[in-house]
Amino acid sequence: MGAYLIRRLLLMIVTLFGMSVLIFVMLRLVPGDITDIIFDSAGFVNPAQKKRIEQQLGLDKPIVTQYITWINGLAHGDLGYAYVSEKPAIDEILPRIPVTAKLAGLALLFSVLFGVPLGVISAVRQDTRLDYILRVVSLSGLSLPSFWLGLLILMACVQWFGWIPIYKTSPGNVWEEIWLLSIPAAAVGFRSSALVMRLTRSSMLEVLRQDYIRTARAKGASERAVNYDHALRNAVLPVVTVIGIEAAFLIGGLIVTETVFNIPGVARFLVEAIRWRDYPIVQNLVMFIAVVVVVMNFIVDMLYVALDPRIKYGE
Amino acid sequence: MRSKLAFVFALAFASSGLAAVPALAQKQGGVLRIYHRDNLPSLSIHEEATISTVMPAMAVFNNLVLFDQHKEINSPDSIVPELADSWSWNADKTALTFKLHEGVKWHDGKPFTAKDVKCTWDILLGKNPDVRKNPRAIWWQNLKDVVVKNDHEVTFQLNHPQGAFLSLFASGYSPVYPCHVSAKDMRTNPIGTGPFKFVEFKRGEGLKFVRNPDYWKKGLPYLDGIEWRIIENRSTRILAFVAGEFDLTFAADVSVPLLKDVTSQAPKAICQMAPTYVSTNLIINPKVPPFNDAKIRKAMALALDRKAIIDIVSQGKHDMSGVMLPPPEGRWGMPPERLAKLPGYSADVAKSRAEARKIMEGLGYSADKPLKVKISTRNIAIYRDPAVILIDQLKQIYIDGELEVVDTSIWHAKVTRGDYSVGLNLTGVGVDDPDVNLYENYSCNSERNLTRYCNKEVDALIDKQSQESDVAKRKEIVWQVEEKLAEDLARPIISYERAATCWQPQLKNFTLHHNGIYNNWRLEDVWLDK
Repeated sequence: MGAYLIRRLLLMIVTLFGMSVLIFVMLRLVPGDITDIIFDSAGFVNPAQKKRIEQQLGLDKPIVTQYITWINGLAHGDLGYAYVSEKPAIDEILPRIPVTAKLAGLALLFSVLFGVPLGVISAVRQDTRLDYILRVVSLSGLSLPSFWLGLLILMACVQWFGWIPIYKTSPGNVWEEIWLLSIPAAAVGFRSSALVMRLTRSSMLEVLRQDYIRTARAKGASERAVNYDHALRNAVLPVVTVIGIEAAFLIGGLIVTETVFNIPGVARFLVEAIRWRDYPIVQNLVMFIAVVVVVMNFIVDMLYVALDPRIKYGE
Repeated sequence: MRSKLAFVFALAFASSGLAAVPALAQKQGGVLRIYHRDNLPSLSIHEEATISTVMPAMAVFNNLVLFDQHKEINSPDSIVPELADSWSWNADKTALTFKLHEGVKWHDGKPFTAKDVKCTWDILLGKNPDVRKNPRAIWWQNLKDVVVKNDHEVTFQLNHPQGAFLSLFASGYSPVYPCHVSAKDMRTNPIGTGPFKFVEFKRGEGLKFVRNPDYWKKGLPYLDGIEWRIIENRSTRILAFVAGEFDLTFAADVSVPLLKDVTSQAPKAICQMAPTYVSTNLIINPKVPPFNDAKIRKAMALALDRKAIIDIVSQGKHDMSGVMLPPPEGRWGMPPERLAKLPGYSADVAKSRAEARKIMEGLGYSADKPLKVKISTRNIAIYRDPAVILIDQLKQIYIDGELEVVDTSIWHAKVTRGDYSVGLNLTGVGVDDPDVNLYENYSCNSERNLTRYCNKEVDALIDKQSQESDVAKRKEIVWQVEEKLAEDLARPIISYERAATCWQPQLKNFTLHHNGIYNNWRLEDVWLDK
């Protein structure tokens, strides 16, 4: 296990290094650069002034030098300065991470709390009226784009309550924050819970047909014990994988939801930074998301061992 | 036209009715809530040319003089003193002296003096290397020097007389900056002498300004502060306004179709549809073949059906116009009967198009052998929508256009490089004066002349109108310039936009300007009746 862990950690470092090169190069392949964009809001481009800005931002240096400067800074905790706001990049990125993390956490909680039990119920009550209803609900969750659902929620709130749940920079207290985040979290979580529910259902159906389930029933175990202790535990592995992927996705993939609900999170900020070609922000944010994805994958792999004792790594 | 006149009369009637109502006593306090449509590039008005910066930042500053914030039409007659108590011209009108208000302090407590005025115009004359951009350098090309006589008197020396010179100072684009604050700080943490102090700007979230308790205009401002929240999604921000979360919309953010939604869902809201002085215009690159041939450019002008574009895009509300904003709000626009004589403005579109087809056929194009071209435009709905209609209209004269949607952030860089053949562009004008519009967009030495159109004869006429003090004579020269520009197909104007700005009834003493969107955001004497 120890050797496996070391190998995994080394692989994670290699993956992150590859990511850093990829994002650095790809960002510079996108047409237009920050100096063009700085001038865009002035409605013209002055080549001499443009050159001076390039020098100020260090963009006149060779690309390899720029890369080394960035990585060296990153290793020392210096993320550089945002081109647009002219503030330290860390000051721009850090306050946004908790906002997205809370939203993603709530959305994930919503998807697990609804998706797993409803998936089990749907499987256990296969082909009943309840199963059909749940399947329609889950299909609608997968089909409805979250931006549309978000807009519907906003319109309903304005129509019925004369109030709009747009995130405030400084909510009054924890409950107000949870309340403000829970509405967009539900919009995102609805899709995720539909996915988790479909997967739980199909996985459960497969497990429920296994011999050991029949044996458990023959031994006189209660239906509840059979479904939750025996079947769900074995059916949950693919579900855990999906939840892990969703968790990683939610950190960087909430662009539309954050835009519709005006939440100042990481995803919307990343898109904005890409639009502005604000390299220090984009590079560091993508690296952060890459770290989250790599770590989440690692956690999911470790969870397999905890959930299924038959799985052993490195042997 | 009749419906527009009726609209203007209705407004005038409504205004007279309002005037009869006894004035309410102003209430002190409250925070004005406004939404912003996007992340502003910076807070430095002098470095930007966008309403995104001017609208929030104008409340931080003062000008030497300013367009009256409560007169709907900006004109030389509506200019009022601000940091300058008075002004006077020398005999030959080549030196303008301002006497400055005494006892004014910057937000950081330092005194405001004439040196700050000189520093500001040094920026505009390109003498401050720390300033990244100077988009309105062309406005001040006639300015020779700024001479400080003492702390409270400053003289602007001109190369030659310029009737519109004072109007340039009255724009929201002409605030006075402090000498002692760096260009970088003015972009991120501006210091002014204005009614509100800047507190913070969080990208993607909003901006905060608080009342300047030491404001030199005693008793002002009435508000405790202004809070802006950035909501990029238009549906969300309109819903938020309807739900009462904001007192005021962003300037001209409510388009013609959206206005119906807002007025039906928030019937108490006050909405005014007014010209924005933003034109939709056709840009043709005369350096790229075959568009270097004047005949093709003329054919394209003849193919335009401006009325159809206006009807589709704005339900007929936008204005058909030449280069200057048309009357009644515009002070320099051509009369309709004269406008109709310009190439491409005839009401008989079928006849114009037949003529255009003849030109194209003469050049070897036909329905079977069309001219294929990319029509470039910025990836924003207000650019894309007319571009699509334009493509359809050009098809009528054997031009097979393909829409090229350009990432909004690189649009100006691409056009400035000349990396396009035909494009559709939007252009905003800061002050309703020919000096601003013509010099900025059509003179040979303007950096903001995107198409690089250059005609020395036109330049001479622009100079001539600039130096003409008689308004009637000046108008005649301006219209000659218009005719020449139409003949040369220099960035033909398709329409001038009208859009609505809305506010809740509790916002009092707010006046919307009707010939521009850049000059009425000081907000020092608006108040909330809550």
